[in-house]
Amino acid sequence: MKFTLSDEQRQFAQALRDALRQSTSWDTLLALGVHEVESVPDLVVAFLELGRAAVPGPVVESFAVLREPSSTLAWPPHVPYIVDDADHVYAIVHDTRYRAILEDARSSVDPARQLHEYRLGEAVGPIDGQAFDRGVLACSAQLVGLGRALLARTRDYALQRKQFGKAIGSFQAVKHHLADVHVALELAEPLVFGAAVTMTASDVSAAKIAAGTAAYQAMRTALQVHGAIGYTAEFELSRWLLKVRALVTAWGTESFHRERLMAALCG
Amino acid sequence: MDLDDTDLEFRHEIRAWLSENVPTGLSSMDTADGFEQHREWERTLAKARLSAVSWPAEHGGRGASLTEWLVFEEEYWAAGAPGRVAQNGIFLLAPTLYAHGTEEQQARLLPRMARADDIWAQAWSEPEAGSDLAAIRSRGVRTDGGWLLSGQKTWSSRAAFADRGFGLFRTEPEAERHRGLTYFLFDLRAPGVTVRPIPQLDGEAGFAEIFLDEVFVPDHDVLGEPGAGWRVAMSTAGNERGLSLRSPGRFCAAADRLLALWREVGDPSDTALRNKVLDAWMGARAYRLHVLGSLDRPVGAEASVTKLFWSQLDLALHETALELLGPAAELAGPWLDGYLFALAGPIYAGTNEIQRNVVAERVLGLPR
Ligand SMILES: Cc1cc2nc3c(=O)[nH]c(=O)nc-3n(C[C@H](O)[C@H](O)[C@H](O)COP(=O)(O)OP(=O)(O)OC[C@H]3O[C@@H](n4cnc5c(N)ncnc54)[C@H](O)[C@@H]3O)c2cc1C
Repeated sequence: MKFTLSDEQRQFAQALRDALRQSTSWDTLLALGVHEVESVPDLVVAFLELGRAAVPGPVVESFAVLREPSSTLAWPPHVPYIVDDADHVYAIVHDTRYRAILEDARSSVDPARQLHEYRLGEAVGPIDGQAFDRGVLACSAQLVGLGRALLARTRDYALQRKQFGKAIGSFQAVKHHLADVHVALELAEPLVFGAAVTMTASDVSAAKIAAGTAAYQAMRTALQVHGAIGYTAEFELSRWLLKVRALVTAWGTESFHRERLMAALCG
Repeated sequence: MDLDDTDLEFRHEIRAWLSENVPTGLSSMDTADGFEQHREWERTLAKARLSAVSWPAEHGGRGASLTEWLVFEEEYWAAGAPGRVAQNGIFLLAPTLYAHGTEEQQARLLPRMARADDIWAQAWSEPEAGSDLAAIRSRGVRTDGGWLLSGQKTWSSRAAFADRGFGLFRTEPEAERHRGLTYFLFDLRAPGVTVRPIPQLDGEAGFAEIFLDEVFVPDHDVLGEPGAGWRVAMSTAGNERGLSLRSPGRFCAAADRLLALWREVGDPSDTALRNKVLDAWMGARAYRLHVLGSLDRPVGAEASVTKLFWSQLDLALHETALELLGPAAELAGPWLDGYLFALAGPIYAGTNEIQRNVVAERVLGLPR
């Protein structure tokens, strides 16, 4: 019943974290072998870091779902538009993979995410049965990583920003908000890893619900504690804030996953 | 990263034993009769070496690993077995005895605790010292071969019927708040002790006040060094907030019962209530996985993270069940009992406000 990260997993996470601090380009990801990750728990390890660094691009779509570094997709209704752009572009309809042709661009709440309408091309073949759940879990891990980064930045800001002659982090109302965010993230992450091990529909959906809720709580708290500076587009924080908002509904909304979870538990 | 059940044999043994032995129809442990019925159940557990599975055999346990202990707890609660009347001793005092007690104390006290010959009460809170535990005023004064304890403790769970108490007393009146405190073990029936039961919300005497008037405690019942009581006590607090008292098994069992109740009476079109059922189920699962994932880490300020989580989860589980029961929820029954107990969760073991302070200051490093 061992349920902790292996030394290799910890080292992989650390290497990614260090490298992504320097650069969030895809070259960094490829150099560290993110495209070669096989097991779902390892994928979760990687996506926690991708989330923490707010890496742009169709990371879930290419690394977790298609497992081809230069490809992206749409998977309606849960991923209704093609996410970003890549050499190979697909759409999944009834578990069949079609080539897709990009049409009009649509703008996402997250300016680092470019969405496109598309037209179906020829069918390429089936998509493997776990692909959707890999996408959901990678997205969930990314959300937890984003939440962790938001909490860390907010904590740092609360230590440094002074009002009424004191660091705002010494006010109990601020402390309690941050403590609640920490608890939510600490308890969402095990659900994501647990689902990566079992890959059952109920566990995967529970992971997405919990990760989305915790990350969203982190996002709202981060904005509140930063005050007006957090509301500005120039300030770096917006990269994390808006990506959370986009990913909360990507790969299945909360209500879709709740339906699915209830069906699995009571079906 | 592995969730395989490697403890199958142990699990099956425990499950089989419980299915033969779990009693039904015990009275509340907060009544005189019920207390003794629960003591009998503890003795039955002890005969099978199941009252304290993780302790070494010489103290009455079976040397179970932490994982086996979690398995035991899962099976225990899934079997619908009763709450543990001996839990203060087994889960709060015993870890402290293992960490700070002498061999003589361990050999003398632990086997009696495992057999429920001594049922212990935690005597920490005082009328003027709740969240601010270091404000305690009860004192211990040196005398020949021991100490004389005087003062007043309050809210002491199960003290109305228990045999012995453990608590902090001020032994150096001049010292700073956190110093000069000593951790004593004392007899609740010793001359000079008066126990006054206090009925709880449900009307039963779940806790009590303890008045001490020059109660003699021999030197061998001082736990740790005189004057070092605060440090000793803090190791107990970690256990109370952490997993030993609030094992995930209890919440998983409650979540399974809640799901069964939903299947029985839930209205599928009531998505608001359905969501609460799902949240409670997810919470129990998250807590279990969190515990499994942190077994190799020591419990420190992290215990405050889980305390916040389990206390809120317990309430959510029971509030949701009552909502599902509708108007019948006001009738006495196991969900209502569980609910009344859960209501105290955010208060005891350090209130949730205090735990949020601990998380913010010691885990996140915010200023005091
Ligand atoms: C069912 C039950 C069983 C118990 N069993 C035992 C037992 O066996 N042994 C024992 O010794 N004690 C026991 N207690 C007592 C328990 O430990 C105390 O109730 C608890 O420590 C809080 O103390 P208090 O009740 O005096 O509240 P107070 O400390 O007076 O607090 C009142 C309110 O003020 C808030 N508050 C206080 N200080 C702060 C602060 N610094 N920041 C923010 N908010 C603050 C609290 O969070 C709380 O909401 C039990 C309590 C209950 C309800």
